[in-house]
Amino acid sequence: MRGAATIRAKTGSETLRDVRELRAIAATVLRLAKLCGVKETEVHVEEVVDALTRFANNAIHQNVAEHGLTVSIRTVVDGRTARVTTNRVDEDALRAALENSLALAASQPKDPHLLPLPAKQKYRAVQRFIPATAKLTAEARARAVKRACELAERRGQVAAGIFESGQSQTVLSNSRGLFAAYRQTQAEFSVTMQHGGAASWAKTNAADVRAIDPIALAKTASEKAERAQNPVELDPGRYTVILEPAALLDLAGYLFYDFAATAVEDKRSCFSGRMGKTLFGKNITVTDDVYHPEQLGPPFDGEGLPRQHVVLVDKGVLCNLVYSRRSAKTARTRPTGHGFALPNEYGEAPMNLVIGGGNSSLEEMVRSTERGLLVTRLWYIREVDPYEKIMTGMTRDGLYLVEKGQIGRAARNFRFNQSILEMLANVELLGAAHRASGEESMEMVVPPMKIRGFQFSEVTKF
Amino acid sequence: MMWEFCGHSLEVARLRGATYADVRVMHMRQRDLTTKNGQVGTLGQSESIGLGIRVIAQGAWGFASTDVLTLEGVAACAAQAVAIAKASALAKKKDVQLAHEAAYVDSWQSPFVKDPFEIPLETQLDLLLAADEAMRRVKGVTLTETDMQFRKNDTWFASSEGSKIHQRRVISGCGIVAMCFQGDAIQKRSYPNSFGGQHVLGGYELVESLDLLKHAPRVGEQAVALHAAVQCPERTGTLILGGSQLGLQIHESIGHPIELDRVLGQEANFAGTSFLTLDQLHHLRYASPIVNVVADARIAHGPGLGAFAYDDEGVPAQRIDIIKAGEFCGYLSSRETAPLIGLDRSGGTVRTEGWNRLPMIRMTNVSVLAGPWTLENLIADTDEGILMETNRSWSIDDRRYQFQFSTEIAWEIQGGKKTRMLKNPSYSGITTEFWNSCDAICNDDHWLLWGTPNCGKGQPMQTMGTGHGASPARFRNVKIGTAFSEE
Repeated sequence: MRGAATIRAKTGSETLRDVRELRAIAATVLRLAKLCGVKETEVHVEEVVDALTRFANNAIHQNVAEHGLTVSIRTVVDGRTARVTTNRVDEDALRAALENSLALAASQPKDPHLLPLPAKQKYRAVQRFIPATAKLTAEARARAVKRACELAERRGQVAAGIFESGQSQTVLSNSRGLFAAYRQTQAEFSVTMQHGGAASWAKTNAADVRAIDPIALAKTASEKAERAQNPVELDPGRYTVILEPAALLDLAGYLFYDFAATAVEDKRSCFSGRMGKTLFGKNITVTDDVYHPEQLGPPFDGEGLPRQHVVLVDKGVLCNLVYSRRSAKTARTRPTGHGFALPNEYGEAPMNLVIGGGNSSLEEMVRSTERGLLVTRLWYIREVDPYEKIMTGMTRDGLYLVEKGQIGRAARNFRFNQSILEMLANVELLGAAHRASGEESMEMVVPPMKIRGFQFSEVTKF
Repeated sequence: MMWEFCGHSLEVARLRGATYADVRVMHMRQRDLTTKNGQVGTLGQSESIGLGIRVIAQGAWGFASTDVLTLEGVAACAAQAVAIAKASALAKKKDVQLAHEAAYVDSWQSPFVKDPFEIPLETQLDLLLAADEAMRRVKGVTLTETDMQFRKNDTWFASSEGSKIHQRRVISGCGIVAMCFQGDAIQKRSYPNSFGGQHVLGGYELVESLDLLKHAPRVGEQAVALHAAVQCPERTGTLILGGSQLGLQIHESIGHPIELDRVLGQEANFAGTSFLTLDQLHHLRYASPIVNVVADARIAHGPGLGAFAYDDEGVPAQRIDIIKAGEFCGYLSSRETAPLIGLDRSGGTVRTEGWNRLPMIRMTNVSVLAGPWTLENLIADTDEGILMETNRSWSIDDRRYQFQFSTEIAWEIQGGKKTRMLKNPSYSGITTEFWNSCDAICNDDHWLLWGTPNCGKGQPMQTMGTGHGASPARFRNVKIGTAFSEE
């Protein structure tokens, strides 16, 4: 017993510094900049504490922890700006980084579009730091993993996955008095269950580890893996599909940068020339909302502007984009608080998409389907045509034939070549929207969807 | 001081119960420059220094990292790694065993002529802005982008078995892109490759060798001309791949499936597994008899992103036969995985993105060896075919069987001559069927070690640079045009 207690003491989670330490680092940079005669300086201080337990073949095979802090300094001198980042926080190192930033800035031509730093802002509070997540230990993760592996063994299956928990904080401060601070926790459990040659998968990501039930996820993946055995080979073609939330997220999530005003201005967005048009079905509404209770992320952008709630698509009509300060000035509108840290060439993006849901359950979608496919997740999605937004990729970890309202045999995985624009115009039913987690797009709040005419072009061997 | 941090952390790990430990102190410097439409886009420099320690205790792995480079900081980090390993032991199947490796004491620096960090920023930006302007002069170009990326990483590696190795690797990358939005389509051309251009283990001499200003007008002109080009037809036929596209084809359909951690199921949840199950070794006819593939981390192979003197387990760089005369004959292995398939030594392919990441099996330079053809002769020998160049999209299933690639541009080949330009080219296939259909590979004059700087793997995700030597090659009976099929 004594040994176990000793281990607990040694592996208690690392913790973040007091935010006042980060604030002091930022203040040091601003003081040094003032001494150097720099009129405009911006400082980001970011700290990450993260731990990840990885398992495969029913055992832990990798188990890691990290703790890091970075200081990123941007100076603005005579219409020129540059950024230097370091993880050394002694005063000499900060001074050197500041001087490097000045040297970089001076090396370039003047930017006529560069804006002065923003002044002090007000932010809506969000609470996303959950002590239960921050306190999660390596032992707690290992025990949960062990239970999932034992479940797999009892069922003649092989488990693989991760259990991650971490915390992070950021302080953003500038020489015009702007100060923003944010911290959050994040936990994630992802599990793949392999049954013979078949596999299935389940995953949850949340600020609060108590919202994650590893065994329930393992059971879901296990049951779906059992059903995924002996897949039938179907002909490629257009099918009605029921996309589970992770599948929908990973595909629709690829639209996120198209909503950037800079992408439209650069004529590389699929929304170029399509503002105000009805692109999707009336059942599709897309917003960007960092304040949604299931979202994570800071309520301010890379320049410290407060993030706004933006309706991007209203009942199928493309009605708004997101703007940084710079793209807003070009478009003669107000910034929405979605800018990336400067300098950058991409401008901005909505980082907290919410696709509005409906009231159909997954079971109702299945019951209403004469012939179609239930898709667990998608994999290796890449853009084939940027303007029609045709994406290719594969189904993975559980593709099931739906016939006469029943889930039937598993099907061999398909390759798809499908336009997202067309897909969101063909949505027949939507379920409730919740935070979903895949592997190709960042976490968003999305519903499951039943979609007609989804194009599968080729089939693989399993 | 770096060796002191290494030694102290190893000693603390030993005292805490580690039976094996290795430690890396890394100092990583990076410079990124981009332009867009004649304006500077990104202009940044960063450095990161820290320590990561990997230990075996109670037969299980633990890893921890810190940027607190004091004796107290690295001691705490080592203690945390051991404690994590003991937690891992709660869910282990058997004790980790490592293949034997000798201890080495060495220092090595990758070769370069011009240190990119010593070249004035003004010089670098002036070149990018000039190339940007040369592309924008082409009527119809709607977006231009250029970039340079430079890295200088120092690693001090020490192990509880007595190795002490310092390595410095300098990496340079550069590329330009023009895009044209017209009607209802966006077309794009890149030089010398897409997604950041070419990347090598070398210095600023890479940038100077690319002659950006010579190629920039052509890049712009082709981006515009693609709109008027004929759509790539959908058919089964003969395909010739340009060198950079063949490099990515190697990466996805040979490089990843031969990673032994994938084969053994260790990546099943994320990156996937592999069709190359252990029973396939020395039995599978992977490719046609003219195809020979090696994984070569030695600098003698060329300045690839997968070149080093020692991997991040302290194993010297090696050349491993992967496919010999078409037969599958080797995996990428580590000290842990090599014994699991009966090898007595690691293939030396374990690498880490940085001090805060666990080293894992990564591709080194996985290359198809050159054949006898000139490109001119290969085209002359092709009655009807399509020549595709410069990747635009890539996708492959999670066991690496079925793939689909599209490229920026293609040319029709008719009667042994390169004829009209084709837009929206794509091709697809099953890995082994595709490689078995290879009937011609171009010679050393066309062979180049292409750098793939953005290979993602592992959790937490790590990005790694890999190299792929390739020359243009011909494939028969390939499905072409599927990505844009309406059927």
